[in-house]
Parts: sequence; structure tokens; C-alpha cells
Amino acid sequence: MTGIDATYRKKRLDRGIKVRSDSVFAISSYREILYLVLPRVVPVITLLVLPLILKGYWGKVLVFACMYGLLALSWDFLASCGLFSLGQSLFFGFGAYVAGTLSYYLHLTPAITLPIATLGGGLLSAALLSPVVRLRGVYFAMVTLMLPMLLMKMIEATGLVGGSHGLSALVPFHNEWISTYMAVVTFLVCLFGFRRLINEDYGLVLKAIRDDDRAVMSAAINIYWRKIQALFIAGAVGSFAGAFMTHHYQFVGMSAFALDYSILPVAAAALGGPGTFAGAALGSMILVPLSESLRALGGLRIALYCGVLIGSVILLPEGIFHYMERKYHQFETFVKVG
Amino acid sequence: MEGEPLLKVEKLRKHFGGVTAVHDVSFELRQGEFLGIIGPNGSGKTTLVNLITGFVKPDSGRVTYLGKNITGKMPYTIAGQGISRTFQMVRLFYNLPAYKNLIIPLSSPRVKKLRGGEYGERDDVAVDLLDDMGFERDSFVPYKMAGSLPHGYLKRLDLARAMALRPNLLILDELFSGMAMSEVASTLPLIEKFNAEGLTVIMIEHRLRELFRVVDRIFVLNFGEKIAEGVPKEVMESDAVKNAYLGSEIEET
Ligand SMILES: Nc1ncnc2c1ncn2[C@@H]1O[C@H](COP(=O)(O)OP(=O)(O)OP(=O)(O)O)[C@@H](O)[C@H]1O
Ligand SMILES: [Mg+2]
Repeated sequence: MTGIDATYRKKRLDRGIKVRSDSVFAISSYREILYLVLPRVVPVITLLVLPLILKGYWGKVLVFACMYGLLALSWDFLASCGLFSLGQSLFFGFGAYVAGTLSYYLHLTPAITLPIATLGGGLLSAALLSPVVRLRGVYFAMVTLMLPMLLMKMIEATGLVGGSHGLSALVPFHNEWISTYMAVVTFLVCLFGFRRLINEDYGLVLKAIRDDDRAVMSAAINIYWRKIQALFIAGAVGSFAGAFMTHHYQFVGMSAFALDYSILPVAAAALGGPGTFAGAALGSMILVPLSESLRALGGLRIALYCGVLIGSVILLPEGIFHYMERKYHQFETFVKVG
Repeated sequence: MEGEPLLKVEKLRKHFGGVTAVHDVSFELRQGEFLGIIGPNGSGKTTLVNLITGFVKPDSGRVTYLGKNITGKMPYTIAGQGISRTFQMVRLFYNLPAYKNLIIPLSSPRVKKLRGGEYGERDDVAVDLLDDMGFERDSFVPYKMAGSLPHGYLKRLDLARAMALRPNLLILDELFSGMAMSEVASTLPLIEKFNAEGLTVIMIEHRLRELFRVVDRIFVLNFGEKIAEGVPKEVMESDAVKNAYLGSEIEET
């Protein structure tokens, strides 16, 4: 019987090379260099080339995906220090309204409003949320979920900054190439910047706060101050997205605080795999175009969209990126058993 | 300023529901002293440490450190002023390499200030510290995931973490529990050395033989109350202590 009925078993091996230490690289062949560099280079090139290929509507979808991507990265950054946000639209809305009011009342161009809105939005986010950094988990999440709704209602009730009509005819970007590439490059810089930062000592402390905040306190580190810093960084990133979209639409309204901007980034991070930034980025690059292409289906779009999400969470709970990363580092061979 | 105590604890009290974990405990500690705290299980030793280090807020009483009132301050503020502690149940980051665990205290403003405004190569400082604690620098041990280390190493890693802050006052909460005899034998001289170099130490220990060898003075807690204080030999002979410890490990010593 043996020899004819031999069964085969799948065998998995981790790749031989691993760049373990921070500074020592032991690379001998171009194949190994490619192995290390390709996963970084391919997405960068793809994103830089896409604006040349995608025209009109799909070009706008790409910009949109980058902005949602920023919100998802911002979400993942907060999650890395244990702050679970359900209010990314707060950051988005702050940036949108700072840029919008500056542009509407003072006719400032994006070159000026974007930096101000980014920093200002970051500061506003950190200041507004600093009283609740002591809250944990679901309590923090609930506060962040409520705040954008509260601000929306306040704008509606008081009629300030345009009230329910919003502010329109704002200063546009004067060159679409520049704005598209600004969106793509900011997204990439944020993605690789966050991946870098989280592996520095600064990021190590943030992750430690998530894992055991009392142990970090006993190391003489003011965990609340660190969380406020994280809120500033995440808020600034989200605010940039809001400010950018304001000039893109030449309009800002209460919809800047809409629930979509809070939920889709979380969904993107869940789909792509949280904790790596790459997952959040990948998730938004999948979800945003998907939800746009399903727009033609009308009401059914939401149902399909939910189906995809639920399916992915059940089938790939670790997220797409973690799965891809694992597979990339493994050889699979078939070995004969018996 | 002569005679001003480093740490002064006055009538500290803490209830947990119906339990009085710490009941009006007062004591003073001079710079450079080595104090032992003993007491049966549940007598409030850990709670006392938590009260001093800010992890638990007292119901009443006062803690003064270097002349400043630190009662009820946040743990990071107290640690930043130089009171460092180890945990009875070690609190470490198991998914980080051992030496990376030390990066967290080494990133604190206190360490930056003590190092003259710069952090230097934190990884190197961390490995140096671990080497002192008996993690052989040239082995793989300092680079292993903390989660994969044996218990004795974790305890010493926790000690290294506490020492990374360059404390004035070190509080050890049952550092030796779960350590092998050989590890105790190598760690104890280390702590004596720190003390000889000027570090003030409070040591909570069930291993009385080792404790008595190193401390200047001990006090005994029972049901949250301080029942005796003095040099080890006298204290252990007092009736109150004999009663409190009746039938427990003191007989074996
Ligand atoms: N967080 C808490 N909540 C409620 N009760 C507590 C808490 N911490 C301690 N206690 C109670 O306070 C009393 C003193 O506990 P503590 O841990 O301080 O004792 P201990 O002397 O350190 O004991 P051991 O020798 O076992 O470490 C115990 O009765 C304990 O159950
Ligand atoms: Mg205890």
C-alpha cells in the first residue's frame, strides 16, 4: 500500500530571514532585499500611479478613500494607547469648520487654512476630550460618540457658523493635480509615520498604557498627559481630512459631524486588521470604493455593504492585513507523510 | 534639618467595605535606613504600600516625603519624586523583550532630568541595568520576551524596572516570594549594596531569616494595626507578635 496511497500534509515554515534587531541588517541577496522592500514599495507606487489612471469620478473616490484612510489611521493610533473612539467625526468636523470659517469669513486659501485647521483641530480635540481621558473603554467610546451629535445640534440651534445651511462658496483648491497628490501623499506619510512612531520608544509607552496603565504610572509617566498628546495627534490627522474635504466640496455643513465619519473608519480598521495602521489603510482602500460602487444599487447598497463587513469579521477576524502578513512570511510546502 | 525624616506616615487609614485594611499606621523613615515590614497574610502590608505610592487613596492620614505632603497624589507624581516600588504580583509587559520593559521608566521625565536633560541610548542603559540584576548581558536572556522568562527572572526584572527610576526610596513588596534560594542569595547582596550606597529601602517579606539579616529595624502589622516596632530580635520576642504569628511561619525561623 505504501508508496501508492502516501498522504500529503501541508507544512508551513516561517521564512529564514527576519530583521530582528533595530539596527543590524543581515541581508545577503537581492531576493532578500526585495522580500523586505516590496511590501512597502508596491503600495506606495500603486497609490502614486493611481491618480494618473483614475479620472473624473473614480479620481474623486481615490481622494475620498485617502481621507477616510486618514480617519481610520487616526482611529488606530488612538486605539494603540487604549482609547477606543467612536467619534472620528468630531476630529473631522473640527477641521472642516475651522477651515470653513477661515475660508468663508476671511477668504483664506487652503495653503493657509489647512495648516491652521490641522493644528487647531488637534488642539480643540485634545482640549475637549482631555477631561474624559480617565474614562476607560466603553465610557470613553460613548462620550466620543455623543460629542459630534451634540455639536451638530448646537450649530443647528444657535445658527452659528452657517447654522443648518452651512457655509458655501468657499475657496477651492486651484489645481486638482496638486490637491489629489496632496491627499495621496499625506495619507502615505501618515501611514508610514505612524508605523514608525509606534515602534519608537514614544509608541512603546503608548502601547504600554493600553496594556497596563498602572505599571506605566509606577514608572513615573503621566499617562493622562500622554493620552492627551495622542488625542492631539489623532485629532490633527482627522482635522486635516475635514479641512481638506471642506475645500474639496467648497462647502462645510453639519454633515461634517455625521455618523458616517465615525463608523466607516472603525469598520475599515476592523476589516483591514487593527493595530498595524497598514490594516486600517488597506481597509479604507477597500471599503470606500466598494461603498461607492454599490451606490448604484440604492437602498440595497447598505445591506450588501453590511453583509461584506459581517462576512469579513466572521471569516477573517484577525483582519485582512494580519492574514496577508502571515502568509507572506510563510512558505507552504507539501511533505509526504508515512 | 538634621533629623528631618525622609518619609513620615501619620495615622494612615483605609477601609475596604467592612474590612479595615490599614488602621492608623504611623512611622518615620530616615534617609539611608533599611526598614522591614512583616505581618500575617491579609494584615495590610500591600495596602500600606499602595497608600504610600498613591495607587490607593487613604480615608484619612497623611504621608510626608522630603517635607512635602504627598497624600493622595497620583502614582506617577509620587514615583517621579523618587519613591519606586515593586509589585507583589509583578506587573510587566509580557509581550515585550525583557530590556524593552525598562524603556518605559527610562522614558520618564524624572530619568531625563537626572541624566542631565538627555535620555542617551536607552537600550544600552536598559541592558546595563539588567546585567546588574544578573541577566547576563552576553546571553539571550535580556532580549527574550518577558512572557517567556521564569518567575524568578520576572521578579528581578520588576526590581530592575523599579531601579531604572533611580529612586531615593525603594519599596519591595515580597520581592523574594517565588524566587529560588540561589536567586535570593544573589539578589539580597545587591539590595544591601544599593542601601550601602545611600538608597533607603522598605522591604516587606515573609522570608524572615533573610529579612532580619539586612534590616536596621522592623515593624509588625496585624489586622491593619502596627503592633510592634524595633530591632528584629526584640520585636520577635514581644508577646503581641508571638500571638499574632501563633502557628504560622515564625516558628520555623
Ligand atoms: N482592592 C481591595 N478591595 C477590597 N479589599 C481589599 C483590597 N485590597 C486589599 N483588600 C483587603 O485588605 C486586607 C489587607 O490586604 P493586603 O493585600 O494589604 O494584605 P497583605 O498584608 O499584603 O497580605 P499578603 O501577605 O497576603 O500579601 C485584606 O483583608 C484584603 O482582602
Ligand atoms: Mg501583600
